[in-house]
Amino acid sequence: MNEMVKNTGLFALVALLIVITGVMQSWNTALLILNMGLISAIMALGVNLQWGFAGLFNVGVMGFVALGGLAAVLVSMPPTQGAWAAGGFGVIAGLVMGAVTIVLAVLAYSRMPKGNMRVLVMLVILIGGFFLYRSVFDPAVEAIEAINPASSGNIGGLGLPVLMAWPVGGLLAAGAAWIIGKTALGLRSDYLAIATLGIAEIIIAVLKNEDWLARGVKNVVGLPRPVPLEVDLQRDPEFVERAASFGMDAVTASTIYVKLEYAALFTVVLVILLWMAQKALKSPWGRMMRAIRDNEVAAEAMGKDVTRRHLQIFVLGSAICGIAGAMMTTLDGQLTPGTYQPLRFTFLVWVMVIVGGSGNNFGAVLGGLLIWLLWVQVEPIGLWLMSTLTSGMSDGALKSHLMDSAAHMRLFTMGLILLLVLRFSPRGLIPEK
Amino acid sequence: MDLLNAIITLTNFVIVPAIAYGSQLALGALGVTLIYGILRFSNFAHGDTMAFGTMVTILFTWLFQSWGISLGVFPTALLALPFGIAGCALFVLLTDRAVYRFYREQKAKPVILVIVSMGVMFIMNGVVRFIIGPDDHAFGDGERFIISARTFRALTGLEEGLAIRTSTGITVITAVIVVALLFWFLNKTRTGKSMRAYSDNEDLALLSGINPEKVVMVTWIIVAALATVAGTLYGLDKSFKAFTYFQLLLPIFASAIVGGLGSPVGAIAGGFVIAFSEVTITYAWKKVLVYALPDGMGPDGLVQLLSTDYKFAVSFIILLVVLLFRPTGLFKGKSV
Amino acid sequence: MSNGNPYQDDRGNKDRSITNPAGQGSQMPRSKSGKVTAAPGGPFLIGEAMTGGYGKGPDILHDCTIAVDRGEIAVIVGPNGAGKSTAMKAVFGMLDVRSGRVLLDGEDITALTPQDRVVKGMGFVPQTSNIFTSMTVEENLEMGAFIRSDDFRDTMAQVYDLFPILKEKRYQAAGELSGGQRQQVAVGRALMTKPKVLMLDEPTAGVSPIVMDELFDRIIEVARTGIPILMVEQNARQALEIADKGYVLVQGRNAFTDTGKALMADPEVRKSFLGG
Repeated sequence: MNEMVKNTGLFALVALLIVITGVMQSWNTALLILNMGLISAIMALGVNLQWGFAGLFNVGVMGFVALGGLAAVLVSMPPTQGAWAAGGFGVIAGLVMGAVTIVLAVLAYSRMPKGNMRVLVMLVILIGGFFLYRSVFDPAVEAIEAINPASSGNIGGLGLPVLMAWPVGGLLAAGAAWIIGKTALGLRSDYLAIATLGIAEIIIAVLKNEDWLARGVKNVVGLPRPVPLEVDLQRDPEFVERAASFGMDAVTASTIYVKLEYAALFTVVLVILLWMAQKALKSPWGRMMRAIRDNEVAAEAMGKDVTRRHLQIFVLGSAICGIAGAMMTTLDGQLTPGTYQPLRFTFLVWVMVIVGGSGNNFGAVLGGLLIWLLWVQVEPIGLWLMSTLTSGMSDGALKSHLMDSAAHMRLFTMGLILLLVLRFSPRGLIPEK
Repeated sequence: MDLLNAIITLTNFVIVPAIAYGSQLALGALGVTLIYGILRFSNFAHGDTMAFGTMVTILFTWLFQSWGISLGVFPTALLALPFGIAGCALFVLLTDRAVYRFYREQKAKPVILVIVSMGVMFIMNGVVRFIIGPDDHAFGDGERFIISARTFRALTGLEEGLAIRTSTGITVITAVIVVALLFWFLNKTRTGKSMRAYSDNEDLALLSGINPEKVVMVTWIIVAALATVAGTLYGLDKSFKAFTYFQLLLPIFASAIVGGLGSPVGAIAGGFVIAFSEVTITYAWKKVLVYALPDGMGPDGLVQLLSTDYKFAVSFIILLVVLLFRPTGLFKGKSV
Repeated sequence: MSNGNPYQDDRGNKDRSITNPAGQGSQMPRSKSGKVTAAPGGPFLIGEAMTGGYGKGPDILHDCTIAVDRGEIAVIVGPNGAGKSTAMKAVFGMLDVRSGRVLLDGEDITALTPQDRVVKGMGFVPQTSNIFTSMTVEENLEMGAFIRSDDFRDTMAQVYDLFPILKEKRYQAAGELSGGQRQQVAVGRALMTKPKVLMLDEPTAGVSPIVMDELFDRIIEVARTGIPILMVEQNARQALEIADKGYVLVQGRNAFTDTGKALMADPEVRKSFLGG
């Protein structure tokens, strides 16, 4: 019971901090923090599933989050006029040929007897396939990118409701995770960490450079939203009147209303996922996962297929990250591949999981909310701290340097928090039971 | 003649840059592999250690430049390098004392240390950006070229020029010296041998009276030196930017793993394998092929296998292929 | 696992790309040594009435006494799980001895760490991982002499005389040698400190009978150079044949103690441990 009180207290503390932000800064800021905090909590839930339940070290969270973002674009954006006719099928054909090449090469490797002949055949398949793929793929891409490059130049999406992108984001991430897991976990020893680190960079590179897909660094903006537009609300007389009755002006009221709707949506998703994660943890499947984690040899001796279980949980955890990624892009209303950075999207999520408490779902959620809040708020606090510290200094290069540098305090602080928690509360704020 | 031109073009755009990049990666990978061999974890803060050491070197370079000290044709940074190494070593040793040592005393599992190194990574990242900012800094001075393309053309009368930049020359020579010193140290000195012994079998090393704390300290100093040298060379060759250094982590890890984690020879081999594959696969071969093939047979396209933006993908695919066929890397690990 | 030390919980992670499984140390105590007091008289090395176990675990040894005197070979034998190796580790300080004491050459060294016992003149050859596999034979011997600051070339020459095969393979990685040769490297490494007493934990484990005979011959030769030897052996019969003193342990207790010959002749020992 005591534990229950403590945990509730911790969540209440985060709520209080958000309320303080609302009062001290603005409710818009507070809600923004809450919304991204909810998304971060979902990402942390996914990583916790992998690390906390199964001891899998995923340092490619960024890649799965970005795939979710891609899903948001591919599902919700209207299809670009004429893109499919110009090159859409060429692109698909090219990609299929690429995949067939790899499959053929793998087949040749596994079917043919060892020797120089096998190497030769594989090389011929790979090189020939590669050039064939490029000869089909490249013109198709050029054709797509030629269509109205200033505003589209990409294949566009399916024009479906954006909420559908969330599960699709999860599926996309799951697919990528399956391929990574199949290769990296299937190796004689486990090389998952480096594999995820690499794949994440590759996914970002693809998003940045394949303009036909999601416009690359030109960004996709103006994604459809699951909630009304602020300007529409401001034009709605009924809404303006309601806002006035709360004593708010229409502009503030509309932004807050929209954010609240997002918060409601995210909370629903978080609660569902949390409920599922808790169920999974307590199910025979979850018990088996932990049995494998705690004693793999014994679990293997009992006939558990450890690699298969690991693959399962890796795919599930990554899918959750993908869902969170799609939600984040929906919230932002745009996909900006240039902003995906490993520190922010991979390692910060790790800080959330470790600080919150690895192996505990509620810990992960708490960590997600708390660390995100700190991540946002350290910057103004750092600025305030710096201006206080330098208030006695005369204006000069040093002072302006210090003021400029205050923004980088957040990285330092995150590291410090992680190290302090690891040192003094290594199980995290809400330890695993 | 055309064939000669093809060879010169190839050397100029593929071989020389790849050797320079390979040397930088090899030095970086050596640091990772030493930590892996002796402290038994992969140091996520290694890219930032490189950034930190380079930053100190840059600060001293600026100081010397403001004093009017220079090395003539060589970049001033070479003069500042020892100070950079010292600064980096000091910082790293302080980190070990304040952070890592506690976990050694707890006999913490290596994976805990990996997470700890993430925290250190954040802190170092913040410190570097705090001091020098997140922007690009070019800090090379002195003569830009050992031989410029124009001089080469005038000298040989060939159509194509071969430019060798001073930074490339310095990179290769420094790397050779550093690697030779490291191998001499590990194989010939008592302390070096004790490091290898500790890496090989910790319990037996303790029984033999080897002091683990000293081994760890020496390791950190060497790693700081390697990281600073690698970072400074990379910065001279390209430019310094905190984020780029952080991103070097992937090719450096890939090099160390391809070579076989824990094996210094492997780290060097891995560095060059990764560098050469990155450069050759992202290079547009058109010019070389036009020269090399008979007239009229030259290709129309750029003949670039992958755009340079995918260089990370190359390191990664090489890594996967090596792991699939040789799970322990090219050189079997466990021999720091 | 979630109850133990959180720093030792790696969640079953075996990712080779971030953690190095090779060569990691065990839970050997690394605390500071306590005081050494004079305790004249008695045998050269004795673990007297030792009771203890690993860490906070249950007692494995109960009032167990092991001793070896100058010029002797003492052998510890007994059934599987009798605590033979544990007894030796207790003498070497790798076990928490809760009562009893260890005396070496007239000094009470109970409070010393294993490392400091090496400095005091104990040479110990563990049962497994007893060589540096990636280092050459010669480097192995050099590492054995790590605590010495004097010239150890003489000692190395002596070791090579004792084990001529090692001289032949001195520049070869020790890990590439055969099982018997590896054991010779291990013993040679321990001899490099010029120990006052040599302790061998099952030196013949996992080698063929022919190699085993050769190893026993070598051990006798080492003993002839004047170094007392304390040895744990699985092959009780051969071991007792060369032993001056034998200790039969059962469940961490001394069951029989006598000369090797007497034990061999003892019908009860023969019946229960030597297979009739």
